[in-house]
Amino acid sequence: MSDLVLPAERVMAEPGELGRFGEHGGRFVPESLVPACARLEEGFREAWSDPSFHRDLERLLTVYAGRPTALTPAWRLSAELGITVLLKREDLAHTGSHKINNVLGQALLARRMGKTRLLAETGAGQHGVATATAGALLGLGVTVYMGEKDIERQALNVFRMKMLGAEVVPVTSGSRTLKDATSEAMRAWVTCLDEAHYCLGSVMGPHPYPWMVREFQRVIGDEARRQSAAELSTGIPDYVVACVGGGSNAAGTFAGFADTGARLIGVEAAGGAAVASGRTGVLHGFRSYLLQDENGQVSEAHSIAPGLDYPGVGPEHAYLNDIGRARYVTVSDEEVVPAVHRLARTEGILPALESAHAIAWVIRAAESGELPPFSTVLVTLSGRGDKDVATLMEAPAPTGAPAPTGAPVPTGAPVPTGAPAPMEAPALKEAPALKEEQ
Amino acid sequence: MKGLVPYLTGGIRPDWTRYLREYERNGATAIEIGLPFSDPILDGPTIQEASDRALRAGASVATILAEVAATKMTIPLIAMTYYNLVVHRGPELFCRELADAGITGLIVPDLPIDEAGALAAAAEKHGVDLTLLAAPTTQPDRLAEIARRSRGFIYAISVMGTTGERDQIAESGIRLAGELRRLTDKPVLLAFGISRPEHAAAAAGVCDGVVVGAALMRRILDGGTPEELGAVLGGFRRALDSVAV
Ligand SMILES: Cc1ncc(COP(=O)(O)O)c(C=O)c1O
Repeated sequence: MSDLVLPAERVMAEPGELGRFGEHGGRFVPESLVPACARLEEGFREAWSDPSFHRDLERLLTVYAGRPTALTPAWRLSAELGITVLLKREDLAHTGSHKINNVLGQALLARRMGKTRLLAETGAGQHGVATATAGALLGLGVTVYMGEKDIERQALNVFRMKMLGAEVVPVTSGSRTLKDATSEAMRAWVTCLDEAHYCLGSVMGPHPYPWMVREFQRVIGDEARRQSAAELSTGIPDYVVACVGGGSNAAGTFAGFADTGARLIGVEAAGGAAVASGRTGVLHGFRSYLLQDENGQVSEAHSIAPGLDYPGVGPEHAYLNDIGRARYVTVSDEEVVPAVHRLARTEGILPALESAHAIAWVIRAAESGELPPFSTVLVTLSGRGDKDVATLMEAPAPTGAPAPTGAPVPTGAPVPTGAPAPMEAPALKEAPALKEEQ
Repeated sequence: MKGLVPYLTGGIRPDWTRYLREYERNGATAIEIGLPFSDPILDGPTIQEASDRALRAGASVATILAEVAATKMTIPLIAMTYYNLVVHRGPELFCRELADAGITGLIVPDLPIDEAGALAAAAEKHGVDLTLLAAPTTQPDRLAEIARRSRGFIYAISVMGTTGERDQIAESGIRLAGELRRLTDKPVLLAFGISRPEHAAAAAGVCDGVVVGAALMRRILDGGTPEELGAVLGGFRRALDSVAV
């Protein structure tokens, strides 16, 4: 099944008027919101076929968000694992995560449609920060709904949002996390459709959001495709890996490789694994896999990474899973913390806890032999870990973590001590300058 | 007689079915029973809290339907719930279970007409009226289709917002009810924000009845007994009956 490669025009294509991805997707919203969704779809279709919209967006992505982001070979981790790991560096994008790509797109669209305000939900706070940022840039008011629990654990991002001029509204219902913040943002949206655009943060929600957000995030995959063609002798990586909360960074990454033979791997948090442990349901306007109890009540997701703390998954991921085009795996909180430390020590990159799920799976799969030696693996690093430092300070230190000082390379790794970049990775086309310095 | 449909969250208290009896005795023409869902996105704080409380007390579709079946009622009972609970059991089984419990109507606020085909078919097969909702933003073509496909009556949402008490009935609701009545002979019930008997009386001029939700549920959350709530509903009944239309 996982070898199945459908024609490009059928995978990750336009989902039609009903917004369907197989049996998933759709528009399950109160009647009051139907016209707003329909108008948004119309507005997006029109903008997306307008070269001037693309020009404006590309310019913002370049001169403001810092695109293209780098594709960095993880030299030392690659050598340790015996594979070639390439990191798509969304942590280098302005505001520190991939969320800015989608938000700049939606904010431009909102302005084009005559809206004066943005509403958003946020879990990790990254989407909230990105929305507050775009609002400041384009002169749009911003209101961000955030679960109380997330407000506590992401204090830094809450402060950032407020500095950027956004209003942060604490949500106290239910699990007090992203799920409830999303419900509350939708409730608020109904009351201010005329002036406000609901800037949804992932490939979820009613049609056209899953499709539109994927298109705004496609830039990750398109860039990575070009960059890996330049970087790899094989042109296309064997595996393309990204973490999945709602699934936007994964969808954007996968979109660049859907028509290739690359194996697509989405990594869910074990406590929020909608594909792995959910069943078909409807929440927040779309049909997809959803964590729920035996009575059909939505379960609370639990993850150390607040951005993965969502009980559902974008409908297109459910579909990619159903047709076998992508595979979804899970990583536990316990595996994530060591993965953060390992990437920090080997590459000097502190990944977001969300992104570390993707890294953790790569480490596990390489060490277990699931990834054959010399495989080439592209991993999207969806964001940087600064926001998670407080959580990491409280998390138990990984067993067997290297001492803070002393040998820079874990013992046993096939790397010369002190070498900044062992060029063991055979798949890389050319050695970077670091090599000459050795 | 104008329709008066009180809303009640199923399982809100162990003795919750006593409210059904009191409502029946005090002039309800039908009762809307909420099957509580964890994420009621069209509900404001009061009904959210009621749903939450009922769920924490262990209420489920199965327990609520069993208790409804055991309460012999003579007026129509209408279930209101979110679509996930339908999907969870499947439209077919869900509607059969409603019918078996004596429920003859169904309202699913997050299921617009574009997605309603499967449930509409299952409901019809089991003799359950799937009532559709109309909103102030619904365009004329679509309003006509909703009016045509809705069964039992048409549920007119008076405001752009969630359930909850309001100081007066919204202008948008009056307008919507008027438009719907021009489009169809089916009864049009105005819902959302009908909080006081005066509101019901005012609405009676433009529609065929009202749904009263949050105003009753707030009193229940505050400890109001079935008898007390029956008396409150009686006030709405008298207000409706006092307007000659
Ligand atoms: C850094 C980072 N990565 C990943 C995610 C998960 O979102 P998605 O699956 O939509 O990319 C988030 C969400 O907040 C995030 O902040």
